[in-house]
Amino acid sequence: MARYLLKRLGFIIVSLFFIVTITFFLMQAAPGGPFASERKLPPVIEQQMNEQYGLDDPLYEQYFDYLVNIVQWDFGPSFKYVGQSVNDIISRSFPYSLILGAEAIFLALSIGVLLGVIAALKHNKFGDYFAMVIAVLGISVPSFILASVLQYVFAVKLQMLPVARFESFAHTILPAIALATTPLAFIARLMRSSMLDVLHSDYIKTAKAKGLNERVVTYRHAIRNAILPVVSYLGPLVVAILTGSFVIESIFAIPGLGNEFVVSVTNRDYTVIMGTTVFFSVLLLVSILIVDLIYGLVDPRIKVAGKGDK
Amino acid sequence: MEQVNLKNSDFERLETRHDDAEKIAGESTSFWKDAWRRFKKNKLALAGVVVIIILGIMSFLGGPISGENYYENDLIGSNQPPSSEHWFGTDALGRDMFARTWYGAKISLFIGLMAAFIDLIIGVIWGSVSGFFGGKIDEYMMRIADILYGVPYLLVVILLMVIMPQGLWTLIIAMTITGWINMARIVRGQVMQLRSEEYVMASQSLGASNVRILFRHLVPNTLGPVLVTLTLTIPNAIFTEAFLSYLGLGVPAPLASWGTMSSDALPALQYYPYQLFFPAFFICLTMLAFNIIGDAMRDALDPKERK
Repeated sequence: MARYLLKRLGFIIVSLFFIVTITFFLMQAAPGGPFASERKLPPVIEQQMNEQYGLDDPLYEQYFDYLVNIVQWDFGPSFKYVGQSVNDIISRSFPYSLILGAEAIFLALSIGVLLGVIAALKHNKFGDYFAMVIAVLGISVPSFILASVLQYVFAVKLQMLPVARFESFAHTILPAIALATTPLAFIARLMRSSMLDVLHSDYIKTAKAKGLNERVVTYRHAIRNAILPVVSYLGPLVVAILTGSFVIESIFAIPGLGNEFVVSVTNRDYTVIMGTTVFFSVLLLVSILIVDLIYGLVDPRIKVAGKGDK
Repeated sequence: MEQVNLKNSDFERLETRHDDAEKIAGESTSFWKDAWRRFKKNKLALAGVVVIIILGIMSFLGGPISGENYYENDLIGSNQPPSSEHWFGTDALGRDMFARTWYGAKISLFIGLMAAFIDLIIGVIWGSVSGFFGGKIDEYMMRIADILYGVPYLLVVILLMVIMPQGLWTLIIAMTITGWINMARIVRGQVMQLRSEEYVMASQSLGASNVRILFRHLVPNTLGPVLVTLTLTIPNAIFTEAFLSYLGLGVPAPLASWGTMSSDALPALQYYPYQLFFPAFFICLTMLAFNIIGDAMRDALDPKERK
């Protein structure tokens, strides 16, 4: 187990090294300097700015400095917002994204699993078709269109919920639904097919033959086994929520990290782009590792440690 | 109940002929014929195919039918609701939405098909080489894929779109740079399964080269799962394009795609909802059709998976 964990952590560090290197050189290759704007700066000032931010050092030195800083979890200053560091921006905006993301993950998991179970239990009946229509629509309607429509219908026309911003629980409902829909649809389909598999297996027949009632069979025997593919979907789920947040947060004007990333892209604020990219990657790699560990715990047939070591 | 009188003479003894047992009654079907037969049964999927064909035809005929073009501004006639003159209305610059919608269809479908095609080429070569040779080569090739896979797809695409000049091909390259990995993994898995089959050994003992075995025997046999992945890649690419356009990183003006059209419609959604409706409707319809076709193909090509 410890060896497996070390190996995985080593792999994460190697991946991060590549990601940092690639983003660093990509941003170096980007057209236009960080201070390029409509108004041309006097050369003296530009010179001073470059010195201030260490941009006149040779490239390998800048790269090395950046690596050292990243190891110390320091993403450097923002080029566009004077006096703000990338760390400030992340720690200010990430809590919003975290709350929204958690709500969306909760929605996607609970409703997705519920729909999948209903569809499997009512196989080829109304419940099945109803759940699958929702699932197919959820996959086919892009989240940003759904978000705009939800905003238009519920906030602008019906005025039931706030249009935008992030001030109370009511503000989070529409964005969380918009963010959750696509992964919800995936989970429902996944749950349905795995539930159908399980319901046809021998131990379910045995359980029924023993005279257990339908509820016990469904909850104790079927769902517990059928939920495993959904657990392995948790990694992609985090990715979906994270990238979904780019658009959803800008539509609902939520000052979260996804929105910050999009703004930094349009501003060409290179340090913020790099910093958020690295932050997102760390977040993802770690959450995928956690998901794999959970998977090993939930399903005893899968040995996390692999062959040989226990 | 009517009484039926049966006499002994009603029964006739048939001569048993042994060669009859060997006769094949039905016409022999190939794997693909069989798959097509199963696919045809799925009416929804056939409807999906029809929708895609119509969209494809309209993407070429749409402009000529309406007699309008997608780029001409008419500031006096801007933001008109659908009418007999402009069937889908006009946008904020007075451009005809009907012509733009079908022009957008051309761009969106082209991006989807092209991205899927490039994914196919790279993914099949990478995956089959990795799976066929195994060992160290496999390990290194898959490590590279794993590292690329560790970064979220959209993040890479956005980063690339930032540094490259905006354009149609930039978008396609950015999407395929990590998009092929999924295909490579599927092909690799298939090839690893197939390479121990007897026909591979037979071919080897007849002195066929590795390249020949790979591309004449193994790759054609991976076609089923590859086709399914391909059909599901297309809606994904269309979605990604729309998503990027929405963030302002899509195809540059005056080119129109469904993504840029929906994004343009947003600021005035309250006043001109029809401007969002048409492009959004067609994005959803296309994704729906491709998803349904992909599912039906998976069912048709892999009968074991049928639910």
